[in-house]
Amino acid sequence: MAGTTTLTFAERRQKWDVKLSPFGFISPYFLIFGVFGLFPLLYTAFVSLQKRNLIDADGAQFIGFGNYEQLLFHDPYFWNAMGNTVSLWLLTTIPQILFALGIAHLLNRRLRGRMLFRMGMILPNITSVAAVTIIFAQLFGRDFGLINWVLSWFGGGHVDWQAGTASSHTAIASMVVWRWTGYHALIFLASMQAIPSSMYEAATLDGAKGWQQFWRITVPLLRPQIIFSTVIATTGNMRLLAEPLLFNPGTAAATGGSDRQFQTAALYLYEQGFTKYDFGYSSAIALILAVATMLVAGLSYLVTRRIQTD
Amino acid sequence: MRPKTTTRRIRLLAGVGAALVALTALSGCGNSGAAGGKVKLSLGLFGNFGYTDLIKEYQAAHPDIEITERTAAYSDHHKNLAAHLATGAGAADVEAIDTGYVAQFKATPDKFVDLNTVGGDKLKDRWLGWKWAASLAKGGQQIGYGTDVGGLAICYRRDLFEQAQLPTDRAAVSALWPTWQAFFETGKRFQAKAPNGVKFMDGGPTVLNAIVGQAPQGYYDQTDKLIVDSNPALRQGWDLVVDAVKANLSAGLLYSTPQWNTGFTQGQFATVTCPAWMMTKIKDQAPDTAGKWDIASVPGGGGNWGGSYLTVPKQGKHTKEAAELAAWLTAPEQQAKVFTGKGLLPSAPSLYDDPKITGYTNPFFSGAPVGKLFTDAAKKLNPQYQGPKAGDVQTEFGNAMQRVEQGKQDGPAAWQQLVGDVAKIK
Repeated sequence: MAGTTTLTFAERRQKWDVKLSPFGFISPYFLIFGVFGLFPLLYTAFVSLQKRNLIDADGAQFIGFGNYEQLLFHDPYFWNAMGNTVSLWLLTTIPQILFALGIAHLLNRRLRGRMLFRMGMILPNITSVAAVTIIFAQLFGRDFGLINWVLSWFGGGHVDWQAGTASSHTAIASMVVWRWTGYHALIFLASMQAIPSSMYEAATLDGAKGWQQFWRITVPLLRPQIIFSTVIATTGNMRLLAEPLLFNPGTAAATGGSDRQFQTAALYLYEQGFTKYDFGYSSAIALILAVATMLVAGLSYLVTRRIQTD
Repeated sequence: MRPKTTTRRIRLLAGVGAALVALTALSGCGNSGAAGGKVKLSLGLFGNFGYTDLIKEYQAAHPDIEITERTAAYSDHHKNLAAHLATGAGAADVEAIDTGYVAQFKATPDKFVDLNTVGGDKLKDRWLGWKWAASLAKGGQQIGYGTDVGGLAICYRRDLFEQAQLPTDRAAVSALWPTWQAFFETGKRFQAKAPNGVKFMDGGPTVLNAIVGQAPQGYYDQTDKLIVDSNPALRQGWDLVVDAVKANLSAGLLYSTPQWNTGFTQGQFATVTCPAWMMTKIKDQAPDTAGKWDIASVPGGGGNWGGSYLTVPKQGKHTKEAAELAAWLTAPEQQAKVFTGKGLLPSAPSLYDDPKITGYTNPFFSGAPVGKLFTDAAKKLNPQYQGPKAGDVQTEFGNAMQRVEQGKQDGPAAWQQLVGDVAKIK
């Protein structure tokens, strides 16, 4: 106590400055998060306990966990949507990471116009998702699609991509993979360049060939980036909405195909909230989806963590 | 040296931050309307309402008003409107609503200006009685002025009919199908000699919509109860269309999808159910097919599919001016211009005997006397009551028919699932 009294005002101010300024500097993030992240989350939780029409807030009724009970135990379409989400998660995340690793590895070599190729990787990611999806939907057209045309050279073709479960998932996954592979490849490439070349030189002296070096040195050293990419891809895919929504537009867009064969959980939320106007129910889906996203992200973290680092 | 650069950087960041804040504040001002001394009105539409020239005309007569059109796809438009009403911001000053959705929106009349309080009650006689009633809320508030009505006809490709050795003259074609059974029988005759890859009709859901639109009762009864499983007309229509699909008459395209649009340009089908607004759609989508199309009457008498309303959401800043604009755009004179310009059938019965309208022929459709054809259809039209979620039920019908077309289910199984899906619509 005695010590503090001897400080001058300027000294005291500087002390407080050191203590409090950091909080001031980081506060914008937390303020913005509070307004645009935390508050909507809490409000969604509140709405999810109501029976509430989207455009009639005054008519809301409190019904406790009724929406959750209906969703979890009496709604096969919700589980159908969750199943589609998981299927698309597997179909997108795994190829994305593998392709990205391969592409990063190729770009990490000396080749002509390397910078151009590297910049090209990010192009799919910065194009509008709506435009990309509409173009892909044309490519996957049943009667005049480019892909069926190419398939017809090999005696195939005439696949009704939207109609089938596997075919529609393949088409949607290809859009996501096309869009995000470059992004992950650049992250991998950046950390590949941080791997000291002496490690590869030592491996070469030990007689390890290209692919051996890739799997034994590069991949293990990229472990943190692979974990990061997998978690990012996972959370992104759990929220997959635009691709399935625009894959078969028209009046039935929100149902994700004639038999909901490609309706993701996010699309089901959209259908309930914005075509059925059931705001309470869609809020409950949102919260369950948030929890499921955390679970799946945790799971993919656990799986990717097992990459060996010795 | 070090601390100095840090403070400089912080200053820079603060500057950028301040600039951003200023920008957001500025962009917030953009909507406040009266900025340049002009009242800015926005018009939220879907599809082609044919208003572009009318807006120029209105602005010329009202120099203090500036109007911007914004157009979205059919279902996006209605979803956006719902979201904007829910959040209390973002809706256009005048918002169009389709027949399939109007019952849903009139359930919350307090979100809209009651047009009866701004002179609508005096304009009432402009419209067909049922058109006026369909947008009238239970408490007597009028949420929208009627634009067009659907009416029904069949658009057909003369060239393809000729290749399939069917009559091409519109009177002879109309005589081919007094009933829907006869329509599908004609389809079988067409299919037997059709050019390679061409089907008789675009898709089951489009035809089914027309049949449903002709039934005395549709998806709902007057008390807003869903009667899909107990209304015999729906099941009969369903079975007819399923048989036609099984007989391979359908190109299997769902209306309003990109594939369906491509079908027009590629000539994948020879007929399409044609409410009046469909004419604009075909013309916009496949301008190269001019002169190949013609229009015949619809089997089974009158019926309605589609037609819209102009509403004024209460959240707008200039609701008075917006209501005036909506009243002007839907006035009989303007409806007449929209009909001769774009082919949207007026909902103002005073026009149905107007020689300007009845004498109107459309060159795109081989000079078909569409004025006479559609006004006759409108006079015969039996108005059908539209329940609260008619749009959503129609979507489920389309999905169910598509399951049959895609070979995923047979008719009875698809119907059974349809009944279950419809029961979930609350």
